[in-house]
Amino acid sequence: MLRFLMSRKVRREILTHIGLIMVSFLVLTPVLFALAKSTQTRAQVFHYPPIFGPGTAIKDNYYTAWHAFNLGMYMKNSFIVAVAVTIGKTILSLLAGLALVYFEFPLQEAVFYFILFTLMMPTEILIVALFNLVSDLGWSNSYLALIVPFMASATGVFLFRQHFASIPSDLADAARVDGAGPLRFLWSILIPISWNAIGALALIQFIYVWNQYLWPLVIIRENAKQVVQVGLRGMTAVQDVTNWGVVMAGAILAMLPPLIVFILLHQQFMRGFALGQEK
Amino acid sequence: MHYQAKFKGRLLPYVLLAPTLVILVVFLYYPIIQTFRLSLYRVAFLGLRKRFVGLENFVSLMHSPDYWHTVKVTLVITFIVVIGGLAISLAIALLANQPIRGGAIYRILLIWPYALSPAVAGVIFLFLFSPGFGAINYLISKVIGRELNWLGDPKLAVLLIILTSIWKNLGYNIVFYLAGLQNLNTEVLEAAEIDGAGPWRRFWSVTFALLSPITFFLLITNITYSFFDIFGMIDIVTKGGPMDATNVMIYNLYRDAFEYYKSGLAAAQSVILFALVVVLTVIQFRTSGRYVHYGG
Repeated sequence: MLRFLMSRKVRREILTHIGLIMVSFLVLTPVLFALAKSTQTRAQVFHYPPIFGPGTAIKDNYYTAWHAFNLGMYMKNSFIVAVAVTIGKTILSLLAGLALVYFEFPLQEAVFYFILFTLMMPTEILIVALFNLVSDLGWSNSYLALIVPFMASATGVFLFRQHFASIPSDLADAARVDGAGPLRFLWSILIPISWNAIGALALIQFIYVWNQYLWPLVIIRENAKQVVQVGLRGMTAVQDVTNWGVVMAGAILAMLPPLIVFILLHQQFMRGFALGQEK
Repeated sequence: MHYQAKFKGRLLPYVLLAPTLVILVVFLYYPIIQTFRLSLYRVAFLGLRKRFVGLENFVSLMHSPDYWHTVKVTLVITFIVVIGGLAISLAIALLANQPIRGGAIYRILLIWPYALSPAVAGVIFLFLFSPGFGAINYLISKVIGRELNWLGDPKLAVLLIILTSIWKNLGYNIVFYLAGLQNLNTEVLEAAEIDGAGPWRRFWSVTFALLSPITFFLLITNITYSFFDIFGMIDIVTKGGPMDATNVMIYNLYRDAFEYYKSGLAAAQSVILFALVVVLTVIQFRTSGRYVHYGG
C-alpha cells in the first residue's frame, strides 16, 4: 500500500514536471525564436524552411539596431524618463501615504477618494485634452511632457496607505516619544521597513513607463527625444525592405531593461503585493 | 486596519499631499473637464476654429455604423482576451503552485512576460506569423498544406491580435494568481478533502471561490488593457486593418484626433470611453470591499 502511494506521488510529480516544462517552453518560444533570428543574416532569416538555430550576424544586427536605427538613443531617453517617473512617483506616494495614515485633518476621506478615483483613469482616455494642455505649456518634444504628468500615482498612494496602516502603531508612538518629527519617522523608520512595498511599486512603475506607447507617439515629434517603443515602430514601418534580423535585435534590446528590473524585483513585488492585499 | 498614532500638525499633511494633488488636478482632472467641454465642439483643422455644436458629435457617432463596428470589435477582442487569458493563466498558475522541486525556477519561467510591452509582443508575433518566412505559418503549412494570410484576412487578423494579447498578459495574470494561491487558506481545502469533496468540486467551490477577488481585480485590469494598452500592438501589427477589422475604439479615437484632426469628435469618443471606465471603477470599488475583508 505504502509503495503504491509513493509511486503514485512520484508519478504525479513527474507529470507536473513534464507539464511545467512544456508550458514554460511554449511561453518562452516566441522570444527564443526572436533571439535566434536576431543573430541571423537577411538570407538566413528568409531561408525556407526556417532556421531555428543561431546565425552569423549577431554583431551586425545589434550594431545596426543600436546605431543606424538609433535604438541606443531611444533607450537612453526611455531610461531617463522611466527612472525619473519611478523615483518621483515613489517619493510623492510615500509623502501622501504618510499624510493619510499618520495625520488627522479635515476632508481626509474626501482627499483619499479624490486620489483613488484616478486609479483607473488611463492617460489614453484624456489624450486629446492632455495633448492640448501639454502643447500649450510648451512641453512638446521634451522629457517634461513624458515625466511630469505621471509623477502622481493613485496605485502608489493606495499601496503605501495600506502598508503603513498594517504597521504596528507602537512604532509611531515610540517615534513621537523620542521627539522625532514625521519626516524623520518616514526616513529612518518607515522606509527601512517598507522595502517590499517600495520594490513592488518601483517594478510596476518602471515597466509601465518603459512600455508606454500612445502618449510619446503623439506628444514627441522630435526623433532625438523619442522613446524606444515608438522607435520600434519606425523599424517595422518600411515593410518591404524590413530586415527582420535587425528588428528582432531591436525587440530583444527593448525588452531587456524591464525584464532585468522584473527579475531583480519580482520577489519583493510578490511579497509587497500580497501584503498590500492581506491587510 | 490598526489605529495609527497621529502626528500633530495642521498644515503639514496638506503640504505632504500637495505635490500629488496638484499633479492630479492639473494633468488628470483638468483634462477630464476639458475633454467633456471639447466633446461639445466641432474643431476645424489644427484647432484654429472652434464652433459649439452641442451633442452633435455624440449623435453622429451613434448614427455611424463605422463607430458601432469599432465598439463591436473592441468588445469581441476584450471578451476573448479576458476570458481566454484568465482561464489559461489560472490553469498555469495552479500547475506552477504544486509543491515540487525547482518550483521557483518554473515560476520565473512563467511570469517573465510581465515585462513585455504591447509593442514588443506585437513586433515578435508580427514576424512569427508573417507569410513566407514566419515560423508559425511554416508549421501551419506543414499541417494544412497552405499558409494563412494573417494580416489580409479580417478574422485571422483579429485572432492574431487576441493571441498576441493573451501571450503578453500571461505574466501579469499568472503573477497575481500565484500570489493569491500562495495566500490561500489551506485549512479550508483540507477540510473539504476530509469531507470527501472530489478534486473538481474542491477546485470550483473552494479554490476558485477564494480566488474570486483576484479574478475580479484581473478582470478589470485585463479589460483596461484591451481597451487602451492594446493600442501599441494594433499600431504595429495591423494598423486597424484589414478593412477596419481590428480598428478598436482607442485606435479609432487616435486616428480621428491625430490623423484627421477632428478633436471634437475624438473628445466625444473619449467621453464614451470615460463613462465605460467609470462604470468599471465603481464595480471595482464595490467588490474591493470584499477583498479587504477576506485577508482579515
